[in-house]
Amino acid sequence: MPILEVGHIRKTFENTQVLEDISFSLEKGQVVSIIGSSGSGKTTLLRCLNFLERPDRGVIRVNGETLFDSDDPATQREAEIRKKRLHFGLVFQSFNLFPQYTAIQNVMLARQLLAKELPEYKAKKKELYGEIEKQAKELLDQMGLADRMNHYPHQLSGGQCQRVAIARALALTPDILCFDEPTSALDPELTGEVLKVIRELADKNTTMIIVTHEMAFARDVANHVIFMDDGRILEQGDPKQVFGNPREERTRQFLSRFNQE
Amino acid sequence: MDLILEQMPIVIRSLNVGFLQTLKLFFVTLIGAFPLGLIIAFGSMSNFKPLSYFTKLIVWIVRGTPLMIQLLIIYYFPGLVLHKPIWGGGETGRFLAASVSFIINYACYFSEIYRGGIQGIPIGQTEAGLVLGMTKIQIFFKVTLLQMIKRIVPPMSNEIITLVKDTSLARIIALQEIIWAGQSFMKGSQGISGAIWPLFFTAVYYLVCNGILTVILGRLEKKLEYFR
Repeated sequence: MPILEVGHIRKTFENTQVLEDISFSLEKGQVVSIIGSSGSGKTTLLRCLNFLERPDRGVIRVNGETLFDSDDPATQREAEIRKKRLHFGLVFQSFNLFPQYTAIQNVMLARQLLAKELPEYKAKKKELYGEIEKQAKELLDQMGLADRMNHYPHQLSGGQCQRVAIARALALTPDILCFDEPTSALDPELTGEVLKVIRELADKNTTMIIVTHEMAFARDVANHVIFMDDGRILEQGDPKQVFGNPREERTRQFLSRFNQE
Repeated sequence: MDLILEQMPIVIRSLNVGFLQTLKLFFVTLIGAFPLGLIIAFGSMSNFKPLSYFTKLIVWIVRGTPLMIQLLIIYYFPGLVLHKPIWGGGETGRFLAASVSFIINYACYFSEIYRGGIQGIPIGQTEAGLVLGMTKIQIFFKVTLLQMIKRIVPPMSNEIITLVKDTSLARIIALQEIIWAGQSFMKGSQGISGAIWPLFFTAVYYLVCNGILTVILGRLEKKLEYFR
C-alpha cells in the first residue's frame, strides 16, 4: 500500500485555476521531486498536503487513512486538521525559523507543546523534556550543526538556517517530509550544503516530496519525477525517462536549457 | 527669592499629593488600556465584517475628537443629561470618570499600534507554527507575541510618555492632580495666594518622571535586541 495517495486534487483561487486533477502516489521510503516553471502550482500542491490550503476537490490518503475527501464533510473538520498535519512536515523556501528562539529551541518547541497534552505530562515532565532535548541534539548534529545549537537564527547563515528548519520538521517524525524550493533563497555555495543533507535523508529512506528548481538534484535524488505545467501534471515517471526522454513537447522545452548544460 | 524658599516646603507637599493622583491615573490607564487595546485590535482585524467596521468606527471617533471633550462628556453627560449621576460625587467620582475616559482613549491608540505590530509579522511565522501542529493560541503566545512586543516598544514608548503629560487634561473636571495642586496657590491655599511659580514648577515633575520612563523603556528595547 502506498504511504501517500493523492487523487484528483483541484484548487481555484477566486477565478484562477491553480490545480487541476492532480493525482499521484508515493511509496514509503521513496522520494518524489516535482519540477516545473514558476506558477505551475507546485507550491500550492504542497500547501494543500499540509492543510494550509483546502482543495476544492479531491482525496488525500496517508497509510490508507483518508485525511481529506471533498465528498466527505467528516474529513474536513477544523478540529482534526491539527492532528492530520502531523503526518506531513514542511520545509519552507524562506525557512520561517522563530527568531526569538535558538536553533535547538526552534527544534524542541513543537514537541514540548505536544508533550503538554499528554496525560502523563505532569508526572514525567523531566523525562519527556530530556528525551526531546536529546532528540533535538541528535538531529542538529546530523545536520552538521552541533556547534551552532545555541545560536539565534540571525547569527546563522541561510544554509544553516535551512538545516535547522529541516531538523525542526524532522523532530515531529512526519510520515512524509515536504520541501518547498528549499534552496531558492540561498546562494550556490550554501545550496550545496542543504542539498547534501537532503541527499543523506534520502539515503536513509526518508519519504520526501521535493519541489525544486535544482534539476540535477531533482533527477539524482528522486525515485519518481513529476513535471507540472499550468496546474496539471503533464508528465510523471522514472527520473531517467522524464529527464532523458520526455514524452511531452512541453517537458522537452522546459528541460532543454538544463539538458544543454 | 526668600519668599519662594519660605513657601517651598508647603508647595512641595501639595504638589507631591497632586502628583500621586497623576501617577495613579497614569498607571490605571496603562493597566486598563494595554489589554483593552489588544481586544480592540483583534476586533478591527476580525474577518467578521460588522465587528471590524464597528470597531473601526469607534476608533475613528475616539482618535478624531479631543480627549478633553471626551472627559467632559463622560463625566457630565450621565448626570446632567440622563439625570443618572453614575460616577458619584467627590474626588472618587472624578477619578473614576477620568480613568474610564483615559482607558478608552488610550486603548484606541494602542489598538492601532498593536495592529501594526501584528500585521508586520510575516505570515510564514504563523504557517510554520501551523505545520508543526501548534494551535492558533499557542502560536500567538509562543511565536507572535514577543515579536509583536519587540515591534511595538518604540511607538508605545511615545504614547506612554504622552500619557504622562495628558493626565493634566483631567484638570478640566477638577481632578486633584498636580496641575490642580499647583494652580491652587494662585487663588489661595494654605496661606499662600497669588503665587504662580508652583504651577510652573509642576513641569519639573513631568520632566523627571518622563526621564525615568525613557531610561526604562530604552532598556526594554535594548533587552529585546537579542533577536531580529
